[in-house]
Amino acid sequence: MTLAQDTAPTARTAWTEVCPLARLRPEEGVAALLPGGVQVAVFRTHDGQVYALDNLDPFSRANILSRGIVGDLRGVPVVASPMHKQHFDLRTGACLEDDAVVVATFPVRVEGGTISVGRP
Amino acid sequence: MSRTLVVVGNGMVGHRLVQALRDRDTAGGWRVVQFAEEARPAYDRVALTSYVDGWDPLRLRLDGAEFDSDDAVELVLGDPVATVDRAARTVTTASGRVQAYDALALATGSAPFVPPVPGRDLPGCHVYRTIDDLDAIKASAARARAGVGRGAALVIGGGLLGLEAAKALRDMGLSPHVVELAPRLMPLQVDEGGGALLKRLIEDLDVTVHAGTSTAAIEGDRGRLLAKLGNGTELDVDLVVFSAGIRPRDQLARDCGLPVGERGGVLVDEGCRTEDPDVYAIGECANIEGRVYGLVAPGYAMAEIVADRLLGGRATFPGADMSTKLKLLGVDVASFGDAHAATEGSLEVVVNDAVKGTYKKLVVSDDAKTLLGGVLVGDAADYATLRPMVGRALPGDPGALLAPAGGGGGVGVDALPDEAQVCSCNAVTKGDVRTAVHEQGCADIPAVKACTRAGTSCGSCVPMLKQLLTSFGVEQSKALCEHFSQSRAELFEIVRVTGATTFSELVERHGTGRGCDICKPAVASILASLGNGHILAGEQGVLQDTNDKFLANIQRNGTYSVVPRIPGGEITPEKLIVIGQVARDFGLYTKITGGQRIDLFGATVDQLPVIWKRLVDAGFESGHAYGKSLRTVKSCVGSTWCRYGVQDSVGLAVELELRYRGLRSPHKLKSGVSGCARECAEARGKDFGVIATDNGWNLYVGGNGGTMPRHADLLVSEVDKETLLKVIDRFLVFYIRTADRLQRTSAWLDAMEGGLDHLRDVVVHDSLGLCAELEAQMAAHVDGYADEWAAVLQDPEKLSRFTSFVNAPGSPDPAVSFREERGQRVPVLLGTPEVASR
Repeated sequence: MTLAQDTAPTARTAWTEVCPLARLRPEEGVAALLPGGVQVAVFRTHDGQVYALDNLDPFSRANILSRGIVGDLRGVPVVASPMHKQHFDLRTGACLEDDAVVVATFPVRVEGGTISVGRP
Repeated sequence: MSRTLVVVGNGMVGHRLVQALRDRDTAGGWRVVQFAEEARPAYDRVALTSYVDGWDPLRLRLDGAEFDSDDAVELVLGDPVATVDRAARTVTTASGRVQAYDALALATGSAPFVPPVPGRDLPGCHVYRTIDDLDAIKASAARARAGVGRGAALVIGGGLLGLEAAKALRDMGLSPHVVELAPRLMPLQVDEGGGALLKRLIEDLDVTVHAGTSTAAIEGDRGRLLAKLGNGTELDVDLVVFSAGIRPRDQLARDCGLPVGERGGVLVDEGCRTEDPDVYAIGECANIEGRVYGLVAPGYAMAEIVADRLLGGRATFPGADMSTKLKLLGVDVASFGDAHAATEGSLEVVVNDAVKGTYKKLVVSDDAKTLLGGVLVGDAADYATLRPMVGRALPGDPGALLAPAGGGGGVGVDALPDEAQVCSCNAVTKGDVRTAVHEQGCADIPAVKACTRAGTSCGSCVPMLKQLLTSFGVEQSKALCEHFSQSRAELFEIVRVTGATTFSELVERHGTGRGCDICKPAVASILASLGNGHILAGEQGVLQDTNDKFLANIQRNGTYSVVPRIPGGEITPEKLIVIGQVARDFGLYTKITGGQRIDLFGATVDQLPVIWKRLVDAGFESGHAYGKSLRTVKSCVGSTWCRYGVQDSVGLAVELELRYRGLRSPHKLKSGVSGCARECAEARGKDFGVIATDNGWNLYVGGNGGTMPRHADLLVSEVDKETLLKVIDRFLVFYIRTADRLQRTSAWLDAMEGGLDHLRDVVVHDSLGLCAELEAQMAAHVDGYADEWAAVLQDPEKLSRFTSFVNAPGSPDPAVSFREERGQRVPVLLGTPEVASR
């Protein structure tokens, strides 16, 4: 699978298993807990890509991005915050409504039917 | 030191004068004392006939009619002015109050003309002018209904008012007869050809027309009345209504020596001033340039002139547009400009379609280049575009203007100049609408209405306003979002007709891309309205907004609130205790809602099913507080306990809530049932509200609270419960099928072409032949209802989604924490928002 540049894993990446790929329906998100209490939102898009963003919605400061609706805007795969509907590019974490806002992205790998998320 | 304006009369025109003056007199130069003959504040006399729908005088009241928050206005009800002393500049009222004035405005209106028919004073003979008149007619009609067979009534006068009266009488359950001296109905507005068609259309509606004859005598006949017509016909009737024209009420002016016209009316100049420079006359009591006007629009114009003059302006009467468009007994009639081709050399172009039941006539200048006027009967859709063209060069062949293709035939709104009046009720020009759009940013009909007042009175220009918006380049795209070019209503029809059951097939066949947070929940709602099982079944689960996905309401810290259904707000002590125990055991913040139920806040995603289990085991179910669906049916305690109640409002509220629970709709639906006219359940603030009467139920629709408060409109009155449910079923499904996404019933109704009348035609009179289908769709919903919470508890697959972390089930969100406030837990927020920069 392809990954965005800034989420590319390195040799130091520590991987955490999240769930079987089959657990995640297309265009759905789930939340996962990484070591140290870090919360990530993991999304699967229609074309089979898997992405991980920080679960924290920077606008509402609640850990909810995993519960947003997944779709696309002008071809960009996005999740909409369930709180106030700002959209985040799943590939880069960039907010479509506010240039100054970006959420962290995490490297993802799918091996043996299992999704893992890395901490860079 | 402010001066005093005394206004004699509190009709629509007198009220408009005070309103206009108070709007403009920002310096506070005038205080106003207004004397009313009637005991109630100014009401909409043009809409008098609608009083028959529900007999609620408050519905007719004009905005701000009481001026009770305005210290500069004193409104004196039920105390008419008896004399004017111009030398002393005082008036004296019937009760003996003497009031000094600096300026006096006579707005005494007109009185019904009752022809000198023998027997005209018998009990059962009425006029048609005030709310009190209608109450008296109602009492006579009730006596008639108590007799054997269907009652009958005679209306003397087949003009506009007479046909209005016939409608009111028919709505009261009587068979009306109309007698008109002229050879046709509405002789002032309609020509012979139009009159012939009008008679045919009106007679199809159970009204018998006797044209070209008079009423010779009325006699008492064993408690009923016998009317003898000039042509020999004798009619047995229960009551008689005189509507044979009006006469200006100018006695006050005559008594104080002001000159009046030959045929009545206080003589005024183009500034509405009488011979006495401190005395004005406006409305139907005024005779301006030799004419007395019996329409409200010229009266309003005069009121505005006097307001302007009192403030030092020089406004003059511009002449009146006598154009009329109305729906009489459901028949469109319009007349504008020189309808009778009185202009020398004028030509007539007539299209008379006996099959379709339409008659259209245009009057044009002798060179066929200028439109002078016209008559439309049976279909008046072209009125809005044709009327502003009067006196202007025709854009093409006059015959083409009447061509059936499209509204307005060949006339486009682009052909209208900016000074053309598009709303004659409120004198709004095309240029005013242009300004509203371009300079004030109005982007839709409700905004234009609020900004210009166009379309807020009779509403006949609303279709034209739509065309104007388009011509001014306002994109009125109905596209749901970038993924669907269709409107929600169109998508609904696609889903209904094709039987599509998934978003994926819909977006692949009829849309583009993969959807978004706008179209996905909208499609999920449509699928749910059409019955596609549980809202989280299969692919539907990923379409839902978080509230529907977790069957609870998200709160600002990411936790949810839980609202169990408490139908009608009625709850047993045992169930109340269970809610208390659940709230205590899970540490949930507890608050009573405005909808007579209880909201439990602060549940995490993994707690939700555990909480539901406790509630479901105790007999509760989902209250759908999270859904765009029926929320609650609020009720007052009703006749069971209340000493004023006339019906069991709680019983009906419970029944309604159980019938419509879980119904997915374009937006949330709220309802209420009041057990009497005191309206303690605030039903008229609801999407559909029911108010008990002595004889049944009144149904109001389209109410709203919130940012755009709107009182609900009466849809049907005094119906039995079976009829009530039927009409609500149809109303709700019609709304669900045709509204835009997130459009409440109030906005839907405001935007509906034809408004409440159209809605009533569709869901009460079945004008589209849809009612059986609408009822069947609702029946399917009622039969297919199942509790959404219980279904999750029974389905391990759905239940598995209710975890905070997919890789650590049972771990709650470590970032969620609470503190205590007034004895309950409230969220600790994660500081001020701070966001990372690129």
